[in-house]
Amino acid sequence: MTTERERIGAEGRRAPISEVMEIQMGPSHPATHGTIKFNLVLDGESIQSCDTEIGYLHRGFEKMCEQGTWTQCIPYTDRLNYASPLINNFLFAEAVERMLGVTVPERCSYIRVILSEVSRIADHLTCLGMAAAELGAITVGFYTNEARELLYNINQDVTGARLTVSYGRVGGLARDLPLDFADRMGAALTKIRETLSDTEKLLERNRIFIDRMVGVGLMTPEDAVSYGLTGPLLRATGVKRDLRKDDPYMGYDRFDFDVPVGTKGDNFDRFSVRFEEIRQSMRIVEQALRTLPPGPVSIDDRTIVLPEKRDVYENIEGLMAQFKLVIEGIRVPAGEIYFAGEAANGELGFFIVSDGSGRPYRVRVRPPCFYGMGSVERMVKGYSVADLVATFGMVNMIGGECDR
Amino acid sequence: MALADAILRAVPGAAATEYSSTGVPSVEVASSSIIEVLRFLRDDPAHAYTALIDITAIDHTADEGAFHVVYVLRSPKHRAKLIVKARVPAADPRVPSATVLWKAADWAEREVWDMFGVRFDGHPNLRRILMYEPFEGHPLRKSYAYDRRQPLVEERDPIADPWPSRDRF
Repeated sequence: MTTERERIGAEGRRAPISEVMEIQMGPSHPATHGTIKFNLVLDGESIQSCDTEIGYLHRGFEKMCEQGTWTQCIPYTDRLNYASPLINNFLFAEAVERMLGVTVPERCSYIRVILSEVSRIADHLTCLGMAAAELGAITVGFYTNEARELLYNINQDVTGARLTVSYGRVGGLARDLPLDFADRMGAALTKIRETLSDTEKLLERNRIFIDRMVGVGLMTPEDAVSYGLTGPLLRATGVKRDLRKDDPYMGYDRFDFDVPVGTKGDNFDRFSVRFEEIRQSMRIVEQALRTLPPGPVSIDDRTIVLPEKRDVYENIEGLMAQFKLVIEGIRVPAGEIYFAGEAANGELGFFIVSDGSGRPYRVRVRPPCFYGMGSVERMVKGYSVADLVATFGMVNMIGGECDR
Repeated sequence: MALADAILRAVPGAAATEYSSTGVPSVEVASSSIIEVLRFLRDDPAHAYTALIDITAIDHTADEGAFHVVYVLRSPKHRAKLIVKARVPAADPRVPSATVLWKAADWAEREVWDMFGVRFDGHPNLRRILMYEPFEGHPLRKSYAYDRRQPLVEERDPIADPWPSRDRF
């Protein structure tokens, strides 16, 4: 006695259990914070292939940098990773300084470290809060936004802007810190510690959150390296690599901090690594605030740094220096450099070519989340569509940096 | 010249020469043997440049008639970075694809193709990545004017052609 289904099978007519469906997710989708399109091929709920389309936020960063002076590139770098614009500012300035062969004053390095770490915390809070909110834990999103708000207020006090900061300068900083910076920073850190512990309580034994993060989006260390992953995505797979430790710049070797790594390379490890990195960044900020040296924040060289406003108004040398710098720009010696630092998402590198004139010949930025997005297909294949949301959240694509 | 000598011993036709780049060891090789050189640098334990960090290009067509294709490598084992450069003629810019060595090369080479028009032979999927398919030209070439516009929808001058125009009513 054969059943109906077996009889059809014996005649070679396969009953369609599921059929492959092509679906386009994006470019404007409520669960993807950023303009991006996934062309998915689905077998039921499970993803067979995922073709990731980027470029919706391409504004020609590299082309526009070639049109102005070196200083005029700095506002463009704000708009790369706009969740942590100060890191972009400082790394670009540092790359040009190395080509010029100048070293910034101690105080400037310390301030750059402090504000880089503040930006890293803000970036991680954005990533964690949004990712949790996309999984339904919207309270966490509000908590992290509240904490991030404090850091943006500090950004505003220091730079005058919350997002488009343009605070880094080749050869130093736009201005010194406000007088009550240490107090404000201390108060913000206390508040962030509270928020983090609240967030942890909301999530660490949250069944829904854990089920959707643990074992999802697995990545092996070998594949992670092959895909060019850096930063939290790479460290989540257990590869201990951090440019702040491996190739110290801006004096990061002065500070005592740990580099957290994951074990399995799933979304939960990516989440935990970022979470722990916030704590480590706070350690760095506190150490730097304790030992912040006095002194100038910019080098004393009028061929690189704009003179004081008083000099511009009161003597001819200052006025000339101002005109030369604004009109001709900084004369960077001909040559090329690749300089990279650890941004919130991984290795942010600047490959810069100068032909000796006042304008860059080529500015290439190595965006960390560009390579992260390149590995999304590998991370989501075989998982369900809902898992794509969690994995994409953990890649932390920032459109401005990915598409430039 | 230790690095160039080591490359020449392993890949005799590579024509490797070291050159000066600010603070980063750099080597220039023949574009035809780029894959063998990169494979040697990746697999040789004395170098172990296991991570491909970036691929990019520089437009030197005006002064040299060539594009420079630039590979940035990192060796976690030796805590070192390296720039490998290959010159390709502007008339027919093509270079073998590094996708056989690293998966990161997939998107990186697509971007160099998109922005500079350098072809990567053997790339499985050499499509544009940042620009859209009907886009003409390669925007990061120096010959591409930065203010050139290619609107997909016809542009309208709001002064000459105000909308809604009065004669419609």
